[in-house]
Amino acid sequence: MMHVDQEVLPGVEERGGAAPTETSRGNGDGAAVVVRGLRKSFGGQTVLDGIDLTVKSGETLAVLGRSGTGKSVLLKLIIALQCPDSGSIRVQGQEVTHLDLEAMNEIRKKMGFLFQHAALYDSLTVEENIAFPLKRHAKMADSERGDRVKALLSSVGMEGDLKKMPSKLSGGMQKRVGLARALALEPGVLLLDEPTAGLDPITSGEINELILKVQEEYDMASIVVTHDLHSARTIADRIALLHEGNVLIEGTFQDLEKSDNGFVSEFMKRDS
Amino acid sequence: MSHNPSIPHRLISQDAPQAPSFARATFTSVWGPINGFLEWFGELGLFAWQVLRAAIRRPFEGRELVRQFDEIGSKSLPLVALAGAAIGFVLALESRSSLVRFGAQSMLPAALVYSIIHETGPIVTGLVVSGRVGAGIGAELGSMKVTEQIDAIEASGVNPYKFLAFTRIVACILVLPLLTLAADFCGVLFGWLAETLAEPISFQRFINQGFVGATFRDFLAPTFRTVVFGLIIGMIGCFQGMRTQGGTAGVGRSATSSVVLSSLFVILADVILVKIILVFFS
Repeated sequence: MMHVDQEVLPGVEERGGAAPTETSRGNGDGAAVVVRGLRKSFGGQTVLDGIDLTVKSGETLAVLGRSGTGKSVLLKLIIALQCPDSGSIRVQGQEVTHLDLEAMNEIRKKMGFLFQHAALYDSLTVEENIAFPLKRHAKMADSERGDRVKALLSSVGMEGDLKKMPSKLSGGMQKRVGLARALALEPGVLLLDEPTAGLDPITSGEINELILKVQEEYDMASIVVTHDLHSARTIADRIALLHEGNVLIEGTFQDLEKSDNGFVSEFMKRDS
Repeated sequence: MSHNPSIPHRLISQDAPQAPSFARATFTSVWGPINGFLEWFGELGLFAWQVLRAAIRRPFEGRELVRQFDEIGSKSLPLVALAGAAIGFVLALESRSSLVRFGAQSMLPAALVYSIIHETGPIVTGLVVSGRVGAGIGAELGSMKVTEQIDAIEASGVNPYKFLAFTRIVACILVLPLLTLAADFCGVLFGWLAETLAEPISFQRFINQGFVGATFRDFLAPTFRTVVFGLIIGMIGCFQGMRTQGGTAGVGRSATSSVVLSSLFVILADVILVKIILVFFS
C-alpha cells in the first residue's frame, strides 16, 4: 500500500557508504540539492548504499546506471515519495528526510517531477492536468490560470491540444504535457525520470531540445535519470554513474569518456 | 547418510524427529492467514486515520466531491432502481401465494412495504452499490496507483488521501440513503403493480394499507443503516485500490477484492445493525 507512515519520515543520524567522490565533497553551500550518505534497501536488497550528490542552481546532473541500480528510487527519495533508511537530503537548504506531510508539501511545490510514463491524470483533460497544481497552490483568477496553462502548453509545443484526453496523446506528447505540468509552479528543482524512454530518436531529440529550452528559460537545478547516453551528453552539465549502490564516477561527459575504470569504459562503449 | 538397503528410504525420512516440523508447518499454515487478516485490519485502521486527518484540513475539494456524487450516485441510480423494482415485483408474487393459502391476502401491502423498507431495500442497495461502485473505485484507484498517477498527485503537493479517498468515501456515505429511498420507492411501486395485475387495487389504497401502523421510526433507522454501508464500500474500495501492486493483474485483484470484501462487510454490518436497531428502536 501507499506509505501510510509518511507523516514523519525517519530521522537521519548516520552517514556511511562509499567515500564521496571529489566533485560531491563539500558542504553544499548554495546548492539546490545536496544528498549525503543516502541508503535505501528493499527487503534484504540494498539499492542505494551511501550516495553523495550535489546539484547547484542552474545546473543539470544526469544520473546514469544499469537497470535496477536505484536511479528512479533516488528521485523518489528526493521528493519524499519513499523514505530513506538513512542519510540526508537537503532541497534548497532544507532537510527533507524528517519533515511532516504539510511541511513536505511546501517543499514539493518548489519541485517539479516528470514521471517515466508521464503519469497524466487520465480522467482529466490536458488543460485540467496542467491546471491541477495551479488550482491548489497558486492564488490566481480563472482567466489568469487559463493564460498560464496556455503559455505552458505553448512552451512545450502543445498549444492546440488543450481539450484532449491523455489517452488520445502519443508517448512523446504525454511527456511534453507532463513536463508542462512539472513546470506549472515554476519549480527551483526539476526531477526527470527517463524523459526519453520509449520514444523514437526524433521524438527523443525533440524532448532533449525542449528540456534544454526550459532549463534556459527557468534557470533551475535539474536531475535527469536516464539510460540514454546521447540524451545525457546533450542536456547535462555533469554526469553521475551509479554502480552497486554507489556513485562510481562523477564528472563531465568527457571525464567519463577518459576514465580507465573497466565498468565505466564498458558502460560508455555499450551505450554509445 | 548410509542406511539398511532393506528399509525403504521413504520410511527413514518419515521417522519420529519429523514430528516437530510437522507441527510447525501446521502452525504456520494456520497462523499465516490469521496474521495476514490482522495485518490487513491494521493497515485499514492506519488508512482510515490518514483519511480522517486529511479530512479536517483545507482545501475541502468541493468540486471533486460533486464529481463523485455524480459518478457514484447518479450513475448507480438506474441499476439500484431496477434491482428494487425487480425485488418488489417478485416479493409481491411470492408473498401473495403464501398469504392466500392462509387467507391473509389483505396483509400483502403491509407485509411488502415492511419487508422492503426494513430489510430488502437497504441490503439490496448496499450489495448493488458495492458491486458497481466498489469495483469501480478499486479498479480506478488501482490503475492510478500502478501508473504512478497517485505518486504524481503526491509529488505536486496534494494529499491523495483527501483528493481521492475522502471525496469518494463521503460521496458513498451521503448517496447510499438516497439510493435506498429510490430502491424502496421502486420496490413498493412494482409490488403494487404485481398485486394489481392479480387483483386490481388502487395505488393509494395499496399505500394506505401498506403503511398502516408504520411510524417514521420504522422508516428512519433502516434507511440510515445504509450510511454505514456507504462508509464500508467507500473505505474498502479506496483502501484496496490505493494499496494495489503488480501491474494490470494487481488492478484486477483490487477490483475483485473490493467487491468481495465490501459485500462481505455490508452483510456482516447488516446483521449487527439489525440487532442494534431492534434493541434501540423497537
